Amino acid sequence: MGQINKNDLVKIEDGVRFIPGASALVGPLNKIINWGRAGSIWPVTFGLACCAIEMMVAGASTNDLDRFGIIFRASPRQADCLILAGTITKKMAPVIRRVYDQMPEPRYVLAMGSCACSGGLFDTYAVVQGGDEFLPVDVYIPGCPPRPEALLQGLIKLQEKINGEQGRWSQMA
Amino acid sequence: MSKAMTVDIPVSAGDEDHYRIKMGPQHPATHGVLRVDLDLQGETILECVPHVGYLHRGFEKLAEHRSYVQNLVLTDRLDYIAAMANNVGYCEAVEKLLGIEVPLRARYLRTMVCEMSRISGHLLGLATHALDIGAMTVFLYCFRERETLLELFAELCGARLTPTYTRLGGVRQDVTHSIMMKLERFVNEFPANIEEYETLIDTNRIWLMRTVDVGTLSAEDAVSLSITGPSLRGSGVDYDIRKHFPYAAYDLVDFEVPLGETGDTYARYRCRIEEMHQSNHILRQCIEQMPPGPIIGDDAPDLVMPVKQGRKLEVDAPARQGLIKLIEDRETFMEGDIYVPTEVPKGELGFYFISDGKGSPYRMHIRSPSFIHIGALKTMAKGVMVADLIAIIGTMDVVLGECDR
Repeated sequence: MGQINKNDLVKIEDGVRFIPGASALVGPLNKIINWGRAGSIWPVTFGLACCAIEMMVAGASTNDLDRFGIIFRASPRQADCLILAGTITKKMAPVIRRVYDQMPEPRYVLAMGSCACSGGLFDTYAVVQGGDEFLPVDVYIPGCPPRPEALLQGLIKLQEKINGEQGRWSQMA
Repeated sequence: MSKAMTVDIPVSAGDEDHYRIKMGPQHPATHGVLRVDLDLQGETILECVPHVGYLHRGFEKLAEHRSYVQNLVLTDRLDYIAAMANNVGYCEAVEKLLGIEVPLRARYLRTMVCEMSRISGHLLGLATHALDIGAMTVFLYCFRERETLLELFAELCGARLTPTYTRLGGVRQDVTHSIMMKLERFVNEFPANIEEYETLIDTNRIWLMRTVDVGTLSAEDAVSLSITGPSLRGSGVDYDIRKHFPYAAYDLVDFEVPLGETGDTYARYRCRIEEMHQSNHILRQCIEQMPPGPIIGDDAPDLVMPVKQGRKLEVDAPARQGLIKLIEDRETFMEGDIYVPTEVPKGELGFYFISDGKGSPYRMHIRSPSFIHIGALKTMAKGVMVADLIAIIGTMDVVLGECDR
C-alpha cells in the first residue's frame, strides 16, 4: 500500500478528505456522517396546498432535485425531511404531527411559503399561524409561493445546517 | 399504495376480507389532502366516503371583511393550478355587480391568460393523472411545457402561480413585445408537444387497461351529479360556458367544444387533449387579433401600476385615490345578489355575491367544480377496485384548495 501523502487526499468538506483510488474517506466521524446526511436528504411526499405545485416543479426536469441527492419518498418511515408546502389548517395539523412522529431521527422540517412560516394571508379561524406552532422548523422559505429556486436555496441552507452539526444521533435536547 | 392506509376497525373472524380503511389525507395519489374512507370486500370497494375540509382556509368568511378588490388576491389561492382563470371569473362577477365596462384589449388579454392557464391546468392534470397510474415520463414532459407558461406569467405580472393579473375593469399590465414573441413560439411548438404525450400513452397498453371502461359516467348521471367541464364533456354533454354564455372575448374567437362519447376515463383524457388543441387555437387568434387600446376602463376603481412616461412622477401630484376609498364611495353600487359562472379548466366556477350596497360583499359563495366532483366519487367508485379509484380521482381532476375553500 505504501505511505499516503497528505497532499494526495482530495478535500470534500471541511475536515473530510477522500483517498483517490482507495474508495476511503478520512476525517472525524461526525463530519463524515454529516456529509452523508447532507447529500441524501429524502423529503416525504407531502403536499398541502399551492406550494406543493412549486415543490413538484422543483422535483421535475427543469430544476431536478435528484442532483442534490434529494429524492421524494412516499412513506414517512423512509424520509428524513418534511417540507411543509402550503397552508396548515387546524384539521390538518394533527395529521402533519403524526407524519412527523413517524419519521426516524434525525429529521428536519422546512417551512415553505408564507402560510407555513406564519399563516400568510389566512388569518382565520381555520388556519394554524405557522408550522412552528407545533413542529421544530429548521429552515423558513418566504414567498407566496416561493419559486422553485427558493426551495432549492432552502434545501442548500438545510445542507449547511446539517454539515455544522456536532454528533446528532437522536432527538436534540 | 397501501402504505398510507391504516386499518380503522378490526373485523370479526370469518370476515377477514372485509376492511374499513382510510386513504389519505397524506397520500400521494389524492391530489392534495383528500381523505377517502373505504369499505372494502377484498379489493373491491363497497362504499367510498370522501372527507373534505383538510384545506379549509375560510375564504368566504375572509371575503366578507375585505373590499371587492382586496378579495382578488384570495381567488389566486382557490385553484392554484390555473389561478388566472379564477381571477377572470371573480372580476367578471364583480364587474357585473358594479356595472363596469371592460375595454376590448383587456377582454382579449383575459381570454389569452385564461387559455394559457387552461393549458397549464390540463398539463398538470394529465401529468399527475399519468403519474398516479405509473407513467413518470409524461409527468416530466408535461412540466417542461408548463414551465414555459409559468415563466411567461412571471414576465407578465411577476408571479408564477399566484399572479392576481386582472383588475376590476381590466388587467394590470399590458403585454410586451417579448411576451408575445415567446407566446407565439410556444403556440407554434405546442401541437408537436401534445403529439409527444400521445405517443407515450395514447395507445399504451397499460394506459388503456387502466383507463378504458374505468369510472364510466353516463350523460344522465353526469348531469344529475352536477359535473361540469371536461369531465362532463367526456360523457358527450355539450356544455361549455365559454360557448354558451360567453364572457371576456370568447364570442369573438373561433373554437370548438370537443366532446367524448363513452364517458370513461379514457374519453375524458382525450377530451382534455383536444381542449389543449383548441386552447392553442384560441391563443393563436388572440395573438393575431389583439386590438390596440386601453387595458383598463375609465370608470374602473383603479389600482393599476402608474405608467412611467420617460420622467419621474411628480412628487406633489395629488395622491391617487386609493381603490378602497373609491369603491366605498361608489354610488352606483347595486344591492341584491348575483351569480356569474365562468369556465375554468376543472369546470364551472361560479361566484355568488350578496351585496348590501357596501364596499365588501355581505356574502360571497364560490361554486367550485372540484367540490362537486369529489361529491361524485361516491357514485363513481361503487363496486370498482382500489386501483381504479386512483384513476377516477385523477380523471376528475380535483384540486383541494378550490374544494375546501
